[in-house]
Amino acid sequence: MELFLQQALSGVATGGIYALMALALVMIFQAIRHLNFAQGEMAMFSTFIAWQLLAWGLPYWLAFVLAVALSFLGGALIGRLVFLPIRNAPVLSHIAVFVALLLIFNSLAGFIWDFSIKPFPSPFGTAPLFGGLIGAHQAGMLLVILVVVAFLFWFLRFTRIGLALRAAAANPESARLVGIKVDRMMALGWGMASAIGAVAGIMIAPVVFLEPNMMLSILLYGFAGAVLGGLSSPGGAVLGGFIVGVAENLAGTYVPVVGHELKLPIALFLIVAVLVVRPEGLFGRGTVERV
Amino acid sequence: MSRAALFIGLGLVAVAVALPSLAGPFLVFQLTQVLVYAIAILGLNMLTGISGQFSLGHGAFFAIGAYAAAIAIDTCGLGYGWALPLAGIVCFVAGLLFGLPALRLEGIYLALATFVLAVAAPQIFKLSLLEGWTGGVQGVFIAKPEAPFGLPLSGDQWLYFLVLTVGLVLYWTARNLVRSRSGRALLAIRENPVAARAMGIDLSLYKALAFAVSALYTGVAGVLSALTVQFVAPDSFTFVLSIALLVGVVVGGVGWLPGALVGGAFIVFVPNVAEDVSKGLSGAVYGIMLILLIYLMPTGVGGLVGRIAARTSRSRT
Repeated sequence: MELFLQQALSGVATGGIYALMALALVMIFQAIRHLNFAQGEMAMFSTFIAWQLLAWGLPYWLAFVLAVALSFLGGALIGRLVFLPIRNAPVLSHIAVFVALLLIFNSLAGFIWDFSIKPFPSPFGTAPLFGGLIGAHQAGMLLVILVVVAFLFWFLRFTRIGLALRAAAANPESARLVGIKVDRMMALGWGMASAIGAVAGIMIAPVVFLEPNMMLSILLYGFAGAVLGGLSSPGGAVLGGFIVGVAENLAGTYVPVVGHELKLPIALFLIVAVLVVRPEGLFGRGTVERV
Repeated sequence: MSRAALFIGLGLVAVAVALPSLAGPFLVFQLTQVLVYAIAILGLNMLTGISGQFSLGHGAFFAIGAYAAAIAIDTCGLGYGWALPLAGIVCFVAGLLFGLPALRLEGIYLALATFVLAVAAPQIFKLSLLEGWTGGVQGVFIAKPEAPFGLPLSGDQWLYFLVLTVGLVLYWTARNLVRSRSGRALLAIRENPVAARAMGIDLSLYKALAFAVSALYTGVAGVLSALTVQFVAPDSFTFVLSIALLVGVVVGGVGWLPGALVGGAFIVFVPNVAEDVSKGLSGAVYGIMLILLIYLMPTGVGGLVGRIAARTSRSRT
């Protein structure tokens, strides 16, 4: 039982990382109805910007805010410059461009900051809390997740602009007819997703260390979490991220023989199994299409 | 097929047959790789372009094909002539088994399911349980096939012709399949699944069959790739391979089968060109080239060819 609790808790800690990534993915999905394959690399790049600002001697929270703001601008710019022109291209062209962005950011980060592994400071410290159950950084990360989820929930559900954003994604033509500036909404969605990615990266970096390839596997788990929880629900995506983290850890501990080597595939297969039964995700709403 | 297209096709085949005697050994090796990837992309394109499904996990079938061949040759001592169809059948069955449950998912969820396949494949081949067959992380070496019947060809050249022949047969089969009753059923599913079902097409069966055939093509490409590089290891089949195949389909043009050749050339040569432009930034250069290509030809080379053909036929009338 103690082993179970320990493994489950350490799963919650890694799950927090996936949950943050899942949040950024949900944000961009709300804005453009695509899953952004470059999200992880964009977050990594933002984290490097924060690292650079810290290295120049800025105080932590100033660097944090600046990096998030810069990421917002960068994201909005990418949405405007790269994705506006191909808005009507087929889905697969979008995927190809996402892949291209992934390569560009990865290669740029390696070129500017090289591929050596860099430590990244945590604002919450590393002291163990509650008798060693959870580290201070993990606890702080959970707090940040809660704040971001609450903000997203409020923004998407209760603000005019959040509603406009969802409308622009769900039905661009009708949205334009009621006076919503669809292009601007798309840029806003990109900016917000990129800013959330920056927050995620800065929170994750103290745990996994900073290097250009840090986000590759995290993005996979983030995808899995987001899709499992439901892409239309920020809270669901976060819960999905936690479930992935816990499932991964428990699979490694309890599945005999192959469990440790295959913990990632086992966790992912579980998720696909869930989706076959409940295709819209655990907390998502199914889309209704007119025939 | 119009007469012009037929002539272009025959001309291409003639050039392809003449090339090995003109090109150096390394270029022949690269051209063989182009053809290998073209076969894999052809398989993926049949899935994406014809039946409207897509897969982020076809690298897994490439790997299954390669491993099936490696095991057949290395462990069972079969000749590569036997390994090729055997691996194809293995991949067909694997595709069918994966497709039947997974194809109930749509859009993003199917993308995720196939993505899982791509991520899981290298880890499964690394399993210590299977090390006796797969060689674990080390992989398996395969001897290069020599030209039979005392043909005056080097190993590389013979392999090139082998791949070319297999590719042509598969291309011809694919074309005929698309124009058959089953091909029309798949097109109907792509255009309007509800109407297709109303006409009595068994959606899940046809979708799974399309997936299986496409897996077979990709698996055969995997076998040929294993023969070409003479080596099979789990880390050559990460999800990067699956993504590269998808990029190949997009560049060549979704639904335009000859585009597979363009796609194959793109994923073999463009990274090299990018490396030449800048060593440190090769990834960025590749990415920018890819984005520019999508801008200039949002529907791939196939879309461009279609538009040119439409314009010339209009000006003629």
